[in-house]
Amino acid sequence: MTPPRLRLTGIRKRFGATLALNGVDVEIAPGEVHAIVGENGAGKSTLMKILSGVYSPDAGAMELNGTAFAPTEPLAARHAGVVMVNQELAIAPHLTVVENVVLGAEPSGVLLRHGEARRLAKEALGQLGRPDIPLNARAGDLSVAEQQLVEIARALALGCQVLVLDEPTSSLTKTDTENLFRLVRRLRDKGQSVIYISHFLEEVQALSDRYTVLRDGVSVATGRTAETNPDELARLMVGRQVSELYVHSVRPPGEVVLSVDRVAGVAKPLSASFELRRGEVLGIAGLIGAGRSELLRAIFALDPVQQGEVRVGTVSGPSTPANRWASGIGMLSEDRKAEGLALNLSLAENLTLPRLNSWVSPKALSVETADWIQRLGVRCAGPDQAIGQLSGGNQQKIAIGRLLRNQSDVLLLDEPTRGVDIGAKQNIYRLIDELALAGKAVVMVSSYLPELLGTCDRIAVMCRGVLGPAMPVAQCSEHQIMLAATGAAAA
Amino acid sequence: MSNETKPSTLTVMLGRVIATAGPLIGLLLVCILFASLRWETFATFDNFAIVLQQTAVIGIAALGMTLIIICGGIDLSVGSIIALGTVVIALLIQKGWSPLAAAVAGIGVCSLCGAFSGMLITRLRLLPFVVTLGMMGALRGAAKGLAGEQPIYPDETWLSSFMRLGGRGSLPSGVWLMLAFAILVAVALRHTRFGRHVFAVGSSELTARLCGVPVERVKLLVYTLGAAFAGLASVLQFGYLTGGDPTTAVGLELNIIAAVVIGGASLSGGQGGVVGTLVGAVIMSVVANGCTKLGLANWVQEIVTGGIIVAAVLLDYVRRRSHRTS
Repeated sequence: MTPPRLRLTGIRKRFGATLALNGVDVEIAPGEVHAIVGENGAGKSTLMKILSGVYSPDAGAMELNGTAFAPTEPLAARHAGVVMVNQELAIAPHLTVVENVVLGAEPSGVLLRHGEARRLAKEALGQLGRPDIPLNARAGDLSVAEQQLVEIARALALGCQVLVLDEPTSSLTKTDTENLFRLVRRLRDKGQSVIYISHFLEEVQALSDRYTVLRDGVSVATGRTAETNPDELARLMVGRQVSELYVHSVRPPGEVVLSVDRVAGVAKPLSASFELRRGEVLGIAGLIGAGRSELLRAIFALDPVQQGEVRVGTVSGPSTPANRWASGIGMLSEDRKAEGLALNLSLAENLTLPRLNSWVSPKALSVETADWIQRLGVRCAGPDQAIGQLSGGNQQKIAIGRLLRNQSDVLLLDEPTRGVDIGAKQNIYRLIDELALAGKAVVMVSSYLPELLGTCDRIAVMCRGVLGPAMPVAQCSEHQIMLAATGAAAA
Repeated sequence: MSNETKPSTLTVMLGRVIATAGPLIGLLLVCILFASLRWETFATFDNFAIVLQQTAVIGIAALGMTLIIICGGIDLSVGSIIALGTVVIALLIQKGWSPLAAAVAGIGVCSLCGAFSGMLITRLRLLPFVVTLGMMGALRGAAKGLAGEQPIYPDETWLSSFMRLGGRGSLPSGVWLMLAFAILVAVALRHTRFGRHVFAVGSSELTARLCGVPVERVKLLVYTLGAAFAGLASVLQFGYLTGGDPTTAVGLELNIIAAVVIGGASLSGGQGGVVGTLVGAVIMSVVANGCTKLGLANWVQEIVTGGIIVAAVLLDYVRRRSHRTS
């Protein structure tokens, strides 16, 4: 019997007082797509960092093709054939496709061998079934999906044995996701082993051959994907029955608080109109790049409104974000790391930034923040800790808390559950329901249709910059929304 | 990761203590070193007064630079602004203006220069490094042109007393001026909305904009204030030189930036403080003073100062790394 491509046994890792991994066993065969699932904080990232040589395990053994594998640094892991493709792509945008593919392993004698590099890149892209990507294009000019391909091509050119894909679809459109799946299957059929990490259990179900569930640093279950289902996986991940993920109380709509009339921005949106009432959650669906975020930004006066009118209560006309905060609108950015939060600053500084008196008492703000930390259930060392040290879900709580502290009546939420685990997601859904019940109005942009269907009262679909009419959620289906989002719907 | 979500309160506290006390410990070490080598000449009050006198010009300008650097910017034109300030003051006193009016006008001219840089940076979205590099040359030229490429020595006024070392047990009033403004800036940074906005813009401009911070206005104000402090420094420099000199303070902006960085500010913005900056400025003066006392040549001083700058940044880097992985 041939040894597995990769075998991890009894991996343990401790950081100070916390036991991040406490016994992880995984076995991956050649030509297998192996999904690793688990909540944020379950130990996935630590495990991947051990696999890629960033950390060394305290105990346990790793074998690659039957021989001991103990990388002491990332480069060693890459050379041994374990290559990660992260959620945040490692692409040098100013370099060409070829240069990116061979980056770090440029074929060279005394000088670079350009011909060889081109050949390697061409071959790798060919293997991926995408010989059409121009070799001399600047990587920064490619789409996100294509950049991802370039990074996978880099892994192949390195002679990779185990390809680790960490949340690869989080910024891909549906079509790109399907293409990626096709490509992963193609690699698998050629004998490549793939570790696939994703929050989307449907994807895991669709793509993987086998799975391992991590919970609290322990591999609690492993098996053939065909013999399980997303519900069971979710139950294994949280260790309890996930009932009622979505909460939707009966919420009587009140008066109109925000009305958007044929608004057009610089490039997007082209035209968007809707009215939002108190007690209502309006979902905006659509593909990435359809102009959903741009619409929220235009409403929030972060981007200029070229045409049309945004009316808040009875006031309309040009505005600034500061005015929007003051008039009771709050916005949550989709890009938590770059825009949503100032990662080097403290929780208190992040939470209180939109509304500060001209004379500030840091102590009072810390006390106030401590109160919010309690109310929001944020796990942290205290209000003065840098927010970048928290997990995604806890960061998001503070980012949303900023809107609550401002007592915003209208909440513009752009991908509020992106990058947070299932427990935190549930909290966010509950919070949205509570807010709507308390008479606030919510606009929620999301690429994840089930959560829109589960939380919203009405859903409007955006396609190529144009926002369609908002339909009551009872009349929407996933299929219908997808058709409208891809511009395939006739009406 | 659970290890990142819950660093102990102790680690956080310790990190903060090192962050604020690091430069102070450095200062202490340098002082002990020189005091043990040259006790009788180094560790006297008179020498202490001299060191502070030498710090005043850089220290005051560094207060403004602290604001700019925390805000994520840089101003390379500060040395030239100081030279221009001394020339303007000298010319106006020569024309018969009162010393006070001349000093205020000098500070005003300097502030305008900063406001102009700020306009270019915010309105045209040019890089601060490039804009102020241009201003550095242009303002130096302007100072030379105004002064006719000559130092100008008007009749002596009370402005010269700013930097005069007094009798035993007293400090030059320029030093007190520096301390007073240091308190002002420290309070502004910590206790005003403007101060919070400066940190926010430096830490993440996008977040600041999202949160309704008037980013352009904050930057404009910061560059103007930075130049105003340079103007104030030029008043002290004028007092020190007892005249206006268009070739004074060449390269001084680098010492000023060094003081801010030794004090623990990050050139990528969002981090820094007044106490650190002043300590950084004093460290540089102490090193210069101590090396002179030891009879070391100028070039040794320069090497030592350079080493300290790199060491300060290195220390900060090590601290943050250990903070992240502990």
